[in-house]
Amino acid sequence: MIYITIFYMFFRIGAFSFGGGLAMLPLIFQGVQEFGIMSKEEFSNLVALSQVTPGPVAVNAATYVGFNFAGLAGAIVATLGVTIPSFVIMLIVANFVKRFYYSWPIRGIFTGIRPVTAGLIGAAAVMVAETVLFNYHIFSLAFIINLWDSINPIPCLMFVVSFFFVAKMKVSPIFIILGMGMIGALVCG
Amino acid sequence: MLPFIQRMVVDKKRWLSEAEMLDCIAIAQSLPGVLAINTATYVGNRKAGFLGALAATMGVILPSFIIIILLVVLLGTIGENSYIEGAFTGIKAAASGLILYSAIKLGKGVVKGWFPWLLAILSFIIIVAFNVSAILVILGGALLGTIYFLLTTGLKEIRIEKNLAKEKSAQEQKIYDKSKSAEVEKPAEDQKPNKGNCKNADLNAHKKGGGKE
Repeated sequence: MIYITIFYMFFRIGAFSFGGGLAMLPLIFQGVQEFGIMSKEEFSNLVALSQVTPGPVAVNAATYVGFNFAGLAGAIVATLGVTIPSFVIMLIVANFVKRFYYSWPIRGIFTGIRPVTAGLIGAAAVMVAETVLFNYHIFSLAFIINLWDSINPIPCLMFVVSFFFVAKMKVSPIFIILGMGMIGALVCG
Repeated sequence: MLPFIQRMVVDKKRWLSEAEMLDCIAIAQSLPGVLAINTATYVGNRKAGFLGALAATMGVILPSFIIIILLVVLLGTIGENSYIEGAFTGIKAAASGLILYSAIKLGKGVVKGWFPWLLAILSFIIIVAFNVSAILVILGGALLGTIYFLLTTGLKEIRIEKNLAKEKSAQEQKIYDKSKSAEVEKPAEDQKPNKGNCKNADLNAHKKGGGKE
């Protein structure tokens, strides 16, 4: 059953994600690949969409994947899948929490998970970048052999400029996204 | 999104106090799940029980749900269009830059010392280069983090806590002895012994609790 597959996939994502939406992207990416639901390009379209729409990335992703793959029912099933773990965990745990998050197992686990989250977000950046900036997998031999052909110059330039604007000039991300979208439509379109 | 929720819940609606909201965020972040949904469920449950949690969660999901479906349908009706494809290329290029920046920013904030660095870089490489399951990487990170924590700060702190507990119980013993000797000095009335017994029981219970922690 396709709905069970979608539900299971997003339930797993909901149950194992820490550290907010961006850290969740690699889980979603690997999930859609594992179940053969969508291509890399479609996944990066999804990330692009969730950058320009409000709301939690996980819900955006669940709705997008579910709807594209199995219509409205698919969207509902996927969204329920990603929501239920949060909902149940918070309902149960919220009743006896205060002494919970200062205990040593929680602090120990987070000593490990926080740095991993940074790594996950870095991986998410590469996963999206690969679909527009490069023509080959970044850690592959083909990438090095065809170095000149494997880099798309205009998107790379946009990438560098965006990074510069957000990191050094502190421009609001939404302006960068919209600006680059317009430039992309004119230059790459 | 969190500052927005905070402003709404604490300042405008006055559903939770500032401290409670901070607790809520700490809990929502330290448990798995979607951060916005975690927070919504917690606030809803606090304010109006199960139905409140349900309503809050629906509230945080529905806008995303509707907007994405509308966008997908809209893009579907437009079909292949070179301008839209170009816009997507631009947005993706920008998004990779922004996401990379958040990784670096988060890294600068939390990655201090050799161990977190190792963990961050290792998890990045094994996901990107070897496509290892991100879930396994998270679980592995949690396990290694717990071991590292216990080996460094954890055991030290547990020892300190034990010493503190010992001192505490010693102090309580002193107070207890004092009150006892005071009792002996005073001439016994009818009600006094009863009261004293109560105190003793209280102190004992307290001592036990302190020792456990």
